[in-house]
Amino acid sequence: MNQPSDFLIVAAVLISIGIYGIVVKRNALRLIFSIELIANAVNLVIVAFSRMLPNPQGQVFVLFSIAISAAEVAVGLGIMIIAYRFYKDIDVTEYKNLKN
Amino acid sequence: MADALFVGLSILTVGSAIISLESRELLYGGIALAVSLLGIAGFFIILDAPFVAMFQIAVYVGAVAVLVIFTVMLVRSPNTVTKRETVKRKVAGIALGLAFLALIGSLIGNSVISQLGFSDTVPVVEIKEIGRELLTYYSPVLIVLAFTLAGSIIGALALARREDIEEKNEPA
Repeated sequence: MNQPSDFLIVAAVLISIGIYGIVVKRNALRLIFSIELIANAVNLVIVAFSRMLPNPQGQVFVLFSIAISAAEVAVGLGIMIIAYRFYKDIDVTEYKNLKN
Repeated sequence: MADALFVGLSILTVGSAIISLESRELLYGGIALAVSLLGIAGFFIILDAPFVAMFQIAVYVGAVAVLVIFTVMLVRSPNTVTKRETVKRKVAGIALGLAFLALIGSLIGNSVISQLGFSDTVPVVEIKEIGRELLTYYSPVLIVLAFTLAGSIIGALALARREDIEEKNEPA
């Protein structure tokens, strides 16, 4: 039988992969991938605790969280497309107009 | 201890999460991300939350993955291949990730969570109950969420608008 801590450890592994991606990658799409991984790991933790308590409100929160992060991806990809149109690159180190 | 299905899903999810960040082609990374999100949906099914799992598949695997793949197709090919990262930054990223993992792992191991278990006697949460929660106690949240989604979609459309084409199409 699974324990709640097993799910927490899987979520911690996913979050650390996401942190690695945010620190190392300089491609804008890979940064969005990393953010998605972290958001999903957090959803997994909430559902695991909701099953453990048991309390259905955790599932309701996860539904809200999934909808919010879908909106976030839509806006993020829109910003990425317009930045690509200006700079002809999706490498975030090339976006230098806001410096100085 | 964890059973075989859980171990298989964990390997699928974590493995494709790593592939999604480390694959050379960005398109394969997007597909691997979709597989990883599908693995999370499998975890939701193990946790007796089939409605959340279906929502996850519909929103993430259905919408977000397709959106990512279309974006990869819009970006021209030299940008979709990973450039070489500096070794220093890579080492820093791996060290930071491992430090976080060690911190959370030791926290989980030492806290009372490691002794708690799932109770088998409780009834499964019914979808009807989730719907009632959404429409009664959380109805203001649902309305705000609807406005947020509408605002973000309109904002994304306004961002991606091209003014140069629009002036050509509209006769004055």
